[in-house]
Amino acid sequence: MLKIKNLKASLEDEDKQILKGIDLEIGAGEVHAIMGPNGSGKSTLSYVLSGKGGYVVDEGSATLDGADLLDMAPEERAAAGLFLAFQYPVEIPGVGNMTFLRTAVNSQRKARGEDELNAAEFLKLVRIEAKSLKIDAEMLKRPVNVGFSGGEKKRNEILQMAMLAPKMCILDETDSGLDVDAMKLVAEGVNAMRNGKRSFLIITHYQRLLDHIKPDVVHIMANGRIIKSGGPELALEVENNGYADLLNEVA
Amino acid sequence: MEALEDVVKEGVDAETVEAVKGVAGKYKYGFATDIETEYAPLGLNEDIVRLISSKNDEPEWLLEWRLDAYRRWLKLDEPDWAMVNYPKIDFQNIYYYAQPVSMKEKPKSLDEVDPKLLETYAKLGIPLREQALLAGVEMPEGERKVAVDAVFDSVSVGTTFKEELGRAGVIFCSFSEAVKDHPELVRKYLGTVVPSTDNYYATLNSAVFSDGSFVFIPEGVKCPMELSTYFRINAENTGQFERTLIIAEKGAQVSYLEGCTAPQRDTNQLHAAVVEIILLEDADVKYSTVQNWYPGDENGVGGIYNFVTKRADCRGDRSKIMWTQVETGSAITWKYPSCILRGDDSQGEFYSIAIANNYQQADTGTKMIHLGKRTKSRIVSKGISAGHAQNTYRGLVTMHPKATGSRNYTQCDSLLIGNKCGAHTVPYIEVKNNSSRVEHEATTSKVDDDQLFYCLQRGVGEEEAIALIVNGFVKEVLQSLPMEFAMEAQKLVAISLEGSVG
Ligand SMILES: Nc1ncnc2c1ncn2[C@@H]1O[C@H](COP(=O)(O)OP(=O)(O)OP(=O)(O)O)[C@@H](O)[C@H]1O
Ligand SMILES: [Mg+2]
Repeated sequence: MLKIKNLKASLEDEDKQILKGIDLEIGAGEVHAIMGPNGSGKSTLSYVLSGKGGYVVDEGSATLDGADLLDMAPEERAAAGLFLAFQYPVEIPGVGNMTFLRTAVNSQRKARGEDELNAAEFLKLVRIEAKSLKIDAEMLKRPVNVGFSGGEKKRNEILQMAMLAPKMCILDETDSGLDVDAMKLVAEGVNAMRNGKRSFLIITHYQRLLDHIKPDVVHIMANGRIIKSGGPELALEVENNGYADLLNEVA
Repeated sequence: MEALEDVVKEGVDAETVEAVKGVAGKYKYGFATDIETEYAPLGLNEDIVRLISSKNDEPEWLLEWRLDAYRRWLKLDEPDWAMVNYPKIDFQNIYYYAQPVSMKEKPKSLDEVDPKLLETYAKLGIPLREQALLAGVEMPEGERKVAVDAVFDSVSVGTTFKEELGRAGVIFCSFSEAVKDHPELVRKYLGTVVPSTDNYYATLNSAVFSDGSFVFIPEGVKCPMELSTYFRINAENTGQFERTLIIAEKGAQVSYLEGCTAPQRDTNQLHAAVVEIILLEDADVKYSTVQNWYPGDENGVGGIYNFVTKRADCRGDRSKIMWTQVETGSAITWKYPSCILRGDDSQGEFYSIAIANNYQQADTGTKMIHLGKRTKSRIVSKGISAGHAQNTYRGLVTMHPKATGSRNYTQCDSLLIGNKCGAHTVPYIEVKNNSSRVEHEATTSKVDDDQLFYCLQRGVGEEEAIALIVNGFVKEVLQSLPMEFAMEAQKLVAISLEGSVG
């Protein structure tokens, strides 16, 4: 599914390398988690993969089912099936959540040469997905993320993910700011989407989320590199002991 | 020191400005109609004023009124307080009257109109046929119809649905016809809202206006369809000076739309119009404009200079005027549709979207003059600037001593795309009684890279993303437009910003 080889990326405006050689391979249907200290480059990795401006790739490659991600425009990567649930979802005043969702869904369908969903088909789908995430109709009518609480914004990200049905989902700290019940809802949402063809990369600071969404592999990222990979037990180790030992190990 | 935010944005903004360059070529109404045209001699003097008057077979009093205005205009100086820069206009190097030769004999019905003219309007999406069509928006049979008065350079080409409207008692015709057929109404109301002494451009217009639209809705009548006038400038080097007069008697209701376009040329052309609206007791008038004059190219060459005076006089108690404008065109816009709230409990509303891209300059806003008791006004202005454009909101709200218990609410928001453009807000507020209340809110923001990336990551392309964000920004104003028009306006907003992001 996702193959990242020796990926190095710097800030465009400063001579500062953030990603210093990432190697990561996620197979179809797998769930990988990335943990790591603040500022280690986790969000940057998600941005470079999804094509956000402000970064330059110095070296390496990233492919999605063989297609060169780094060569595509951000919206093409999205249409190819890459989805990023943002750490900080932005507000778009005046643009209805439903309008936004429908524009997004149909833009991707169009880009893939599929028929656009008509209003009725779309509405039916949204209703089902919104219900399982306990997002009420009122929230769907409001402008995108405007006045949403932190947790509501995160649930809205998962709603978008469910509607867009991507094959590679990156979740950047979707669990931060969620209360216990909301976290369960999000985890259920993710688990419901898990299947043999869809993969997940879950960025998190807490073992908690991984209790609900069981990862196949856990990676520890520090200073722009993946310093250790292992099974779910690695997350427990971090939870109990912090990063100090792991960082010393590589030093 | 530069704000941190600006430093972070710099990179993308350079791209933005680069991309904005593509926009001018996309003006969709820039074609010219090849049609034999008769001009008045170049320049302006009393003989030209007389010639225009005689072209319309005007009575003596109207000629005198024009000449008075002309003599006064000679003594006036062009105003320079607006935030717009342009080379001095040479008023002697303009044609003040141009009409297609085929219009010399006024056609008696639409069937007799020169096919070239009909074709021009069809191409603009304004078929001059009596069917329910407006700007390409098809309405199912039996739905609301729109009557159109089509003004081409200095003359009205034709007006649709005149008979059907006539049966309801509504008069909708060209201004020149009104002078012939309803001289008493014209004489009673002309210049009573915008006197010929009002300002430089209004005075000029009073001297040389050639045609325009006339609307009269009698007491108690709700106009059975939307009325609209479509202004087209075609002839080169020619000024268009139209005059619109709308009278809504007691309890009358009408919704009126105005559209305007011009060919793409590398010289500037002058448009100086006057619109007067009179509202008696309980009258309700909606006046909407989609101004899409040629804006000039990406280097600021060419485009229309648009100097317009529009004013509504709410003479009757409880009368209500609503101005909505979508200003996307013109190299220079100088326009302040105003409301004189004279009647007690009268209401004025002004909703505006002004988009300036490339080198366009817009200085626009409104005046709310509260004279009557418990009068209310509401101003919602959304300015969008891209490229090197300058966009100014200029507004005046005055509460006179007798306007007790009155209210105004003003909201001006500006959106900047890129960092070479500017937005300015110039509100004047005068409150001369202590029971009235004035509220003013203003914001300036940028189309944010993070918002854009969010849209892109969801698969929405760049142009559609910017249109989505901008349409969100102007939503409140779009909602105040008649429905058929709102969709057109939404598309227009997207078109005028095409290519404004990298
Ligand atoms: N646009 C930028 N300008 C300046 N510095 C940046 C930029 N983007 C990232 N960085 C820097 O790169 C490093 C990695 O940031 P990143 O956001 O990827 O960390 P993270 O691992 O996601 O951290 P957190 O756990 O706090 O979310 C940080 O030092 C950050 O300050
Ligand atoms: Mg992060």
